[in-house]
Amino acid sequence: MSETMTITIDGREIQARPGQTILEAAEAAGVYIPRLCYMKGLTPHGSCRVCTVLVNGRPQSACTQPATPGAVIENDTERLLALRRNIIEMLFVEGNHFCMFCEKSGNCELQALAYRFGIPAPMYPYLWPKREVDASHPDVMVDHNRCILCARCVRASRDLDGKNVFQFVNRNGHKRVAVNAEARLGDTDLKVTDKAVAACPVGALLKKRVGYAVPVGKRLYDHEPIGSDIAAAHKK
Amino acid sequence: MSENLQTSVREICRACNNDRARMMDIVLAVQAKYGCVSSEAMDTIAKAVSTHRVEVESVVSFYAFLSSRPKGKVVIRLCNDVIDRMHGADRVAETFRQELGIGFGETTPDGQISLEYTPCIGMCDQAPAALVNDVVVTELHRSTAQHIVREINRHMDPRRLVTRLGDGNNAHQLVQAMVNNNIRKAGPVIFAPSDLGAGLAKALAMSPAEVIRDIKTARLRGRGGAGFPTGMKWEFARGANDQNRYVVCNADEGEPGTFKDRVILTERPELLIEGMAIAGYAIGASEGIIYLRGEYAYLRAFLEHMLNECRNWGILGQNIGGKKGFHFDIRIQMGAGAYVCGEETALLSSCEGLRGDPKNRPPFPAQKGYQSHPTIVNNVETFCCVTRIMDKGAGAFAQLGSSGSPGTKLLSVSGDCRSQGVYEVEFGIKLRDVLKMVGGEDAGAVQVGGPSGRMVGPDEFDRPICYDHLATGGALMVFGPECNVVDIARQFMEFFVEESCGYCTPCRVGNVLLKERLEQILAGRGEREDLAYLQELGETIKTMSRCGLGQTSANPVLSTIQSFPAAYEALLKDTRTDGFRPTFDIGAALGEAQAIVGRRSVHFAD
Repeated sequence: MSETMTITIDGREIQARPGQTILEAAEAAGVYIPRLCYMKGLTPHGSCRVCTVLVNGRPQSACTQPATPGAVIENDTERLLALRRNIIEMLFVEGNHFCMFCEKSGNCELQALAYRFGIPAPMYPYLWPKREVDASHPDVMVDHNRCILCARCVRASRDLDGKNVFQFVNRNGHKRVAVNAEARLGDTDLKVTDKAVAACPVGALLKKRVGYAVPVGKRLYDHEPIGSDIAAAHKK
Repeated sequence: MSENLQTSVREICRACNNDRARMMDIVLAVQAKYGCVSSEAMDTIAKAVSTHRVEVESVVSFYAFLSSRPKGKVVIRLCNDVIDRMHGADRVAETFRQELGIGFGETTPDGQISLEYTPCIGMCDQAPAALVNDVVVTELHRSTAQHIVREINRHMDPRRLVTRLGDGNNAHQLVQAMVNNNIRKAGPVIFAPSDLGAGLAKALAMSPAEVIRDIKTARLRGRGGAGFPTGMKWEFARGANDQNRYVVCNADEGEPGTFKDRVILTERPELLIEGMAIAGYAIGASEGIIYLRGEYAYLRAFLEHMLNECRNWGILGQNIGGKKGFHFDIRIQMGAGAYVCGEETALLSSCEGLRGDPKNRPPFPAQKGYQSHPTIVNNVETFCCVTRIMDKGAGAFAQLGSSGSPGTKLLSVSGDCRSQGVYEVEFGIKLRDVLKMVGGEDAGAVQVGGPSGRMVGPDEFDRPICYDHLATGGALMVFGPECNVVDIARQFMEFFVEESCGYCTPCRVGNVLLKERLEQILAGRGEREDLAYLQELGETIKTMSRCGLGQTSANPVLSTIQSFPAAYEALLKDTRTDGFRPTFDIGAALGEAQAIVGRRSVHFAD
């Protein structure tokens, strides 16, 4: 419909539509920009910073930055990969992530990114925060140990479910997801079928009684690194 | 009781038109009345303004001056920034602890008095200082701290702690503060005598486009620190396709070591208000907001009075200066203890009654700012410059200072020097000359621009203060030749760790990691690789963070490594040859087990 514009990503010219973000335009052209807080269908948040690219030399989060005519974007450079890797490692040491027995293992976007970036163990010291588990809801549990504060549940509940079950409280490293009740998830009107539950990229929001149902080898990221589908979809 | 609370909270909400956007005013009023915004109060507010309870909790839990748990009727907040500690804040802290019998972060068992630390309250020139509720107490030492506790215990009235009044308007009936202005050097722009209304009258004789042209001709740049060209910002806002525009003054002077806006607000508020009115005329706005940091609440009544005076004088109001259709008025929005709200988009979030999270850019405030309308946000000092440019002419202003940085700059000078206070100097002055002027010739290091600026050593003292060399929002913290720059950097990191809003990963986590490694180094556990580690980590935070806070928070570390490598070298151990680093002390970790079994490990005897 509307006119397209040309932008350049890592030397390759691609077409973008007005209103598209750099991340969306890249994805449509089969270029994967690593991301974590971004989720299709939700208002971009720009908080994880994993999708940071250089736009005409300036760092910007690709998920919030609109494509502009002639923009020259660097994405897959050694330096950016190193910086993103640092960010991913920060997320690992900030929480308490035990992939080996986490129900989300194999389907977890954080874990999958770590594999894609070849991170065997973080170089930063673990911060070992004391965080809580809330299992008060009959069908859903919250394990704050694994929360990466991406706001996907916050946005999905507000914008897709129309409920505002989740919101952030506190600031700095004490920031956490709170629920719209005195304290417990069980006292909110969250339903297991809410989009907010499925929006969690890690094992912080989990459906009860379905853990480990998918055997190793058949999980989402068992065979191909996260993001492989984007390039593959474009080839077809 | 609970009926009463609900009724009274509902009344507070009604007084704010049950407007969710006025959440800050609502929660501040509830906090003032009940000493906290309790769970019940949050429920009541949520119902009254038609939002979700968790949204209220989200706001309350963000700001340091708000609390969901009850605090004492009197809250003593001792400033613990670097300068206050240099002047003995730790001894004062000890006295408060002893006299009150509680630690920091605690409330006396009778629920009367709470004791807390707070970052810079804008009183570095008269440190150590504290806030006792809204009342500022300065130049504290052991005996005054003891006196404060005894007095408060006796009458619970912080206002009665003010036994001497400061100079100038600090003695004004509506201020009544012991704060001193400490204006050491008055310059031609801010502190020279002014002809009230003359700048505005001259602006109104021109077209708005001409006013903007003059601001551009004067090459005025933002005085808050970032240095964005003011005229360009105004032009963007004026050009935005939305008639509902706003002028916002950033009076959230939170950068540790900065206190010049405090002095402008006390002595030159009319210059500021007039500048905002000129801005309103130039961009086509009818509403202005002064976002006043919570720490300066003691100036609020006075500023409200000055706004009224300006209405009487015809600087604010309807058809100003006889100009048909030019209406402009200003309201004050109080902050509640959050450094990040000095970042312009976080400030707007706060004005909208939200957490002080910065917003994603684009859109920029000049396109979509306050309530999604075109908004200019400028520093207190910038608006004062505007008034003077209009009055004395762009040419006269541009002749002051250096070519790339016209005009004067207010410097807030504190620390290890003879005359702490505010100096109005022309841009381009060498740091060495400033040090001579303030009696800090033997400085070993100067933090230029506060923690988010940079630490410079004697070999850089010949650099000029201006946007292109040593840029600063105004803070100069002077440290003596014996100072420990690594420990100062650690203290600054402590500040950033606390004040990060937590929105983005690099700032929320990275600053904690920087602080951790500095602590290791200071504890004698540092290794040579740590320098590269700190630099890479610092660069990551700088490059990947979402707003100015994270983009500058690593500066204390990066600039001290750059300018004071010897200070780090002296603390580092020789590299281990195996490339491993011990992350814990195995001897200490085995201590408990050894105590239980009653014998020592044969492998880790030490």
